[in-house]
Amino acid sequence: MADIPLTAPRPSRAASKGAWFDPIFQFACLSAATLLLAALGGIIVSLVIGGWPALHKFGLGFFTSTTWNPVTEVYGAAGPIAGTVITSALALCMALPIALGVSVFLVEFCPKRLAQPIAIAVELLAGIPSIVYGMWGLFVLAPWFALHVQLPLMMNVPTGSIWEKLFYGVPNGANIFTASLILGVMILPYMAAVFRELFLTVPAQVRESAYGIGCTPFEVIRSVTIPYVRSGMVGVVMLGLGRALGETMAVTFIIGNAHGLPQSLFDSGSTLASTIANEFTEATGELHTAALTALGLVLFVITFGVLAIARALLLRQRYD
Amino acid sequence: MLKTLTAALGVALLAGTAVQAGDISGAGATFPAPIYAKWAETYRAQTGAGLNYQAIGSGGGIKQIKAKTVAFGASDKPLKPEELNGAGLMQFPTVMGGVVPVVNLPGVNPGQLHLTGSVLADIYMGAITKWNDPRIAGANKGVKLPALPITVVHRSDGSGTSFLFTSYLSMKSPAWQSKVGASDSVQWPVGLGGKGNDGVSAFVKQTIGAIGYVEYAYAKQNKATYVLVQNKAGQFPAPTAANFAAAAAGADWAKAPGNYLLLLDEPGAKSWPITGATFILVYKKQDDAAQGQSVLKFFDWAYKNGDGAAGALDYVPMPASVKAMMRKQWAAMVKGPDGKPVYVSK
Repeated sequence: MADIPLTAPRPSRAASKGAWFDPIFQFACLSAATLLLAALGGIIVSLVIGGWPALHKFGLGFFTSTTWNPVTEVYGAAGPIAGTVITSALALCMALPIALGVSVFLVEFCPKRLAQPIAIAVELLAGIPSIVYGMWGLFVLAPWFALHVQLPLMMNVPTGSIWEKLFYGVPNGANIFTASLILGVMILPYMAAVFRELFLTVPAQVRESAYGIGCTPFEVIRSVTIPYVRSGMVGVVMLGLGRALGETMAVTFIIGNAHGLPQSLFDSGSTLASTIANEFTEATGELHTAALTALGLVLFVITFGVLAIARALLLRQRYD
Repeated sequence: MLKTLTAALGVALLAGTAVQAGDISGAGATFPAPIYAKWAETYRAQTGAGLNYQAIGSGGGIKQIKAKTVAFGASDKPLKPEELNGAGLMQFPTVMGGVVPVVNLPGVNPGQLHLTGSVLADIYMGAITKWNDPRIAGANKGVKLPALPITVVHRSDGSGTSFLFTSYLSMKSPAWQSKVGASDSVQWPVGLGGKGNDGVSAFVKQTIGAIGYVEYAYAKQNKATYVLVQNKAGQFPAPTAANFAAAAAGADWAKAPGNYLLLLDEPGAKSWPITGATFILVYKKQDDAAQGQSVLKFFDWAYKNGDGAAGALDYVPMPASVKAMMRKQWAAMVKGPDGKPVYVSK
């Protein structure tokens, strides 16, 4: 009786042909992966080193002070941090409902023949360069907004009310609100496109069963589709937020670029990214450059946190 | 076939890099970039030598020349003599421009509104908030000034234009000097910031009652409602190329160590009060004499042949007396490794 080996040797010809290449291939893949990680690590390290003089000098005050004075070399990041968080949050509030509406329409109601062209158009919108949005914001949106929204609001609010404080500002359309609006328009197509992909992952049987027992489309969306992809949706929201946080050019054009905490919805402000874009090229002082680099570090940490949460939620969605 | 193609490609690449290596490399200010590009184009056509200028901003230009990655740096803001000597650099001006306040006031025409330096400073401090303020009205008899609030617009990006403007306000107002100071970017007491000349100009155009300041070329090309500013002689000259040149001619270059000179509030009835030159930075001791020579040769050529192109692009050429002085300084200050001048203008 001949013993049958438990592991049959692979055909020798095939093995000899491909085997020598395997370690090389593995090594190449490994180096690609480590290169990326090294680049990420390098960015963090160089931001910390570059920003250290400012962080060291101002300590925690760097994050709480609203003074930003290149002449006396005193820097505080509270204004840009607040501006970044406020504009991104507002943009999300504006974009989220519309993005949901667009994607639900595409998946549930849109005639098949129209769905594909609209989906492609949405994706194309996501590819418009941000400088174009910025120019449009400065030359078209801002004057229109000042004349048709801001002025009527400012003139008709009751004096002494909270609304008067909220709508206070220079009536020229360059403020926190219009910057958020532009950001919202920018992240909208992106979020709508990913929402649509997400909704398409809901198995047809599940949705059709729901329709089969007499659910209305609204009930299907509310009770079947959305619960099915809920954590994935949070991930999409976070990715949209990540994009809004780091957006530079469009915001720089329209936010009014005033350091310090914005006092109202229509006040000028600044964001981390816009401050860097504005001042980095002409910053000659050691501390000025360091302070701007430290702003970059703060932005990196915020964006990294948001994206990490997004990834965690997306992963959970995949294995649910 | 493939081999021939590869070989041909290789030769083409080599030839390409050879041409690139012969180019003069420079980096810095964005304000003079269009004229440097124009000069470089003509210079290459005439002499075959090229110039590779990267408009990365004055701050970047200063950093690059200090790191010796370029043959010359360019800055809109002259370096102070201490900093210049510390780094072993010398600087010389190439062209000039002026800063012009612009307004958006219904019923007010270009050149109609007159402001003194101290009133301008008070407006930018937020001390004067209405256009019908008696201090503005006093200098503007016969101009109908509305009771509009003043909206102050400034540059949001760090720029040589802001440096000149804030330096002028510091000169004219002790309060401005102590509370705000002069720099490429400052902590503005009031107002909102537009990115670049176009950003400031757009905000001024879109806001009734706004005042801003822009580069002369920009004000001219956009036919903006410019304001006349009082000069040292008490006059209100128009912002024209001739009046910028008058400011440069009135300035005492010989007494400015290291050519550190802002053309602010210069004497002369016609001198525009907020004028400034843009500068080139080179090492006094050139490691490579040939490279130093090619840089100075290019700018000497531009001094001789470039005024027309500069004027066409709304830059103001340097007066002949200043050019002659710079040529002398090159011969006296910029030396090769052997201690001899790298370039002597003929």
